[in-house]
Amino acid sequence: MHELSLCRAIAGVVKTHAGERRVDVVRVQVGALRQVVPDSLAFCWTIVRDDENMPGAELELEFIPAEVQCHGCGQQSPIESRFSVACPQCRSADVAVVCGEEFMVTSVDVT
Amino acid sequence: MGRFHRHDDGTVHSHDHDHGHEHEHEHEHDHGHGDHSGYATGTERIEVLEAIFAENDNRADINRNAFQAHGIRALNLMSSPGSGKTTVLAATLDELAGEFAVGIIEGDIATDLDAAKLEGRGAQISLLNTSNGFGGECHLDAPMVNRAIGGLDLNTLDLVIVENVGNLVCPAEFDVGEHAKAMVYSVTEGEDKPLKYPVMFRSVDVVLLNKIDLVPHLDADVDTYISRVREVNPGAVILPVSARTGEGMSAWFNWLRDFARKT
Repeated sequence: MHELSLCRAIAGVVKTHAGERRVDVVRVQVGALRQVVPDSLAFCWTIVRDDENMPGAELELEFIPAEVQCHGCGQQSPIESRFSVACPQCRSADVAVVCGEEFMVTSVDVT
Repeated sequence: MGRFHRHDDGTVHSHDHDHGHEHEHEHEHDHGHGDHSGYATGTERIEVLEAIFAENDNRADINRNAFQAHGIRALNLMSSPGSGKTTVLAATLDELAGEFAVGIIEGDIATDLDAAKLEGRGAQISLLNTSNGFGGECHLDAPMVNRAIGGLDLNTLDLVIVENVGNLVCPAEFDVGEHAKAMVYSVTEGEDKPLKYPVMFRSVDVVLLNKIDLVPHLDADVDTYISRVREVNPGAVILPVSARTGEGMSAWFNWLRDFARKT
């Protein structure tokens, strides 16, 4: 829904690291709990990269599954549904999200 | 980590970057040693590891610091469209504007309809239209709120409420510099919404369960709504209210009083 602004934010991060060099690849980690629609992000990137003067920059997305640490039963497990972070072992909602909330630029290839 | 390379000139160095995931470890980068002739392609991989929201979060901290420097508490109020957020705010101003100096940052895609409903109730209002040529932003972010702060006289305020754009998805992702997040969730939206929008429901400190006067006309009772919120956010304060009839609103006013005094 807000992938256009997300792409602008990605481009902002990339520019601070790439400087004047040509950007070939941008690698982004997206956690399963992030409300990012991959197709929409990819489409918006094709618009934003031209606007930001990096027309050849490919966007590579790496997805991180979500895992929770349960405060009830103490187990760490991958969640079963993206609609719930409840512990798959004991159904408790009293959990800490261990991973799945990532949204970062991990690396860029520049020439 | 700590992958060592011995070069022709005898130097040894290591790459300490933690990739955190498996991938082919190609060394196409130009190390600038001058001993890679015919090898370097000119392409360099730069490790970034920077959160995409980092710039927004920096700006949010600037907003928060500005509020704190003036002894102001700031609340980010979110909801779906039509949940009754503006009606809740109007009732809130009628109750609290005499006790606290309140500023409202009113996020609206293109109109001043909500701002007009809140005028004349004793609060300063800074209207923030988010339309930018792409049909309007679906959320408020920290730079937008930073601009709207300019429309308030912070020296005179105790409490700032940011009325976000009606949307259960995007606003949850953006810190705007608030001290707490609240949401209005009306019973007419259906009891499944916490499960469908867990990021929003997990992000908030307090949930106003609004329009409880309409529960007799619906298939679910208040307890069902509360337990669905609990499933994704066991720690949230949940306050069943009707902004229309005033039922339950005193609990919300008291929550807000306690919040505003925590400077």
